[in-house]
Amino acid sequence: MQHGKYRFIVGFLAVPLGLYALFVIWPFIQSIYYSFTDWTGLSPEFSMVGFDNYSRMLDDDIFWKSLQHSVMFALLVPLVTLGLALFFAFMINVGGRRRRGGPAITGVRGSGFYKIVYFFPQVLSIAIVALLFQFAYNPDSGAINSLLRGIGLDSVQPLWLGDPNIALWCVMAVLVWSTVGFFVVLFSAGMASIPAELYEAALLDGANRATTFFKVTLPLLWDTVQSGWVYMGILALGAESFAVVQIMTTGPGGPDYSTTVMVLYVYQKAFRDGQAAYATTIGVALLVVTLAFAALVMRLGRRERLEY
Amino acid sequence: MKTTETPAPVPAESGAPVRKGDAPPSGPRKGKKEGTTLNVFSHGVLVIWAIMVGMPLVWAVMTSFKDDAAIFGSPWSLPDKLNFDNWSRAWSQAHMSDYFLNTVMVVGGSLVGTLVLGSMAAYVLARFDFPGNRFIYYLFIAGMSFPIMLALVPLFYVVDNMGMLNTIHGLILVYIAYSLPFTVFFLTGFFRTLPSSVAEAAFVDGASHTRTFFQVMLPMAKPGLISVGIFNFLGQWNQYMLPTVLNTDPDKHVLTQGLVQLAVSQGYKGDWSGLFAGLVMAMLPVLAAYIIFQRQVVQGLTAGALK
Repeated sequence: MQHGKYRFIVGFLAVPLGLYALFVIWPFIQSIYYSFTDWTGLSPEFSMVGFDNYSRMLDDDIFWKSLQHSVMFALLVPLVTLGLALFFAFMINVGGRRRRGGPAITGVRGSGFYKIVYFFPQVLSIAIVALLFQFAYNPDSGAINSLLRGIGLDSVQPLWLGDPNIALWCVMAVLVWSTVGFFVVLFSAGMASIPAELYEAALLDGANRATTFFKVTLPLLWDTVQSGWVYMGILALGAESFAVVQIMTTGPGGPDYSTTVMVLYVYQKAFRDGQAAYATTIGVALLVVTLAFAALVMRLGRRERLEY
Repeated sequence: MKTTETPAPVPAESGAPVRKGDAPPSGPRKGKKEGTTLNVFSHGVLVIWAIMVGMPLVWAVMTSFKDDAAIFGSPWSLPDKLNFDNWSRAWSQAHMSDYFLNTVMVVGGSLVGTLVLGSMAAYVLARFDFPGNRFIYYLFIAGMSFPIMLALVPLFYVVDNMGMLNTIHGLILVYIAYSLPFTVFFLTGFFRTLPSSVAEAAFVDGASHTRTFFQVMLPMAKPGLISVGIFNFLGQWNQYMLPTVLNTDPDKHVLTQGLVQLAVSQGYKGDWSGLFAGLVMAMLPVLAAYIIFQRQVVQGLTAGALK
């Protein structure tokens, strides 16, 4: 198969690789270069300023706030999401009543229904979800507070997104709400492929269901959990947290910078404040955080791979 | 191949050929009790989450039929009559029809482009040995973990210099470029699993490499293309960050941007009912498509993570 091989390879790779290099790779490289300049983005002129942007960043209180919030997004959102998803998936696949002659471990009735409903938010745009919850959180006419009033909790009427102490939690909850279903379905598929004999053996040995979860299910699903954590964390550091914070919070990023995240701060510095070079500096910090996060999760989670 | 695995049906419904409803299980008494408690508990928990997922959506649909007074007065009551004029207002006056059209054009173009270019690159990377093969492969993979926002700052000016800012074709090219990493990653894995004998036979019969690819390999890769196509379709249809940065002209807005824009402008006008109609209008087609193609959508979206 040598005839014309290289011409074919070049012909097939040129367009996709060229497009990718021009719109993805080249801007990344430029970004790192610009972070050492005083480029405003408004005029083509700029000069090299060395590490000035970086030292400015280290003195920038808002940067530190956004870093702190982004780290919380990357650690807490996946933790809660994956925890809930594992719990629900285990309930769906193992929580069923044992029937005569049936297998020792069964799923609950209607498991298919639950999986369909839980997956709903995953097909919606995060922007639509964010808008929906912005109204649900509205302190006067929103769905949540009026529900609280409806069940007699007139005194409990938080400002939700307007309260700097809880606004960040409200925003993170929306991400959890929209992503749990995806992982329920993912983990369910994984759990369904675990041989039932493993559970039967564990149950015969006197293990209860909770033990089987920690000793059988979780170790066998560990690879999926780990890559899910990385996947979710990267989204929570990037596009998803941008959408929810930018759409839902006042400012955006408020009140009082209580919800700002790194990805939003990059956007605001570049496209609102005309400080493109400083924006790329924060972007480089975001890149470092993202790579460190992925490396950390992969390293902490490293275990011997179990074959079954 | 793992990626084409259907999520195996849960054994619950089919597992008990002689099911007798609530007949006592044959196991020891303790086991029965634990099983029943667990069953009630797990149903309770699962129902609560199903309600938490479903309620906001039901609330949105209800709200989209109310007038503004009812939205503020009694958010949870059923609409007293179906105000369809909310919907027509959103569709025409609030430009939802334009946003739909823009989105369809952008996603249509970029989906086709992503699949064609992605499968071409993936095929070459999966099937041919040449210097730099691994390097190019990992260059594509790296794009999956980098924060896109970092590239968007210079990208804005790259696109601007090419005169493609606020254009549909500019957005299409950018969407394709940012969809390539996952598409190439996924399809490279897929092409590696296809048998090489068929392609070799075609080649021996005198077909060129190009012809072999389009007439033999692509049809064989159809299941993979469907999975990755659904994945990209939803990702591109729901895309918010890229158009927010690169597509600031209100006439060219895609659906997600248009809705956010609408939320701001209707906030001034106080037309909340129109906004909710717009939101539901954007939600329903995707939800309907999901319910119809449920199995394929789930496969497509979970395919990458299962690898």
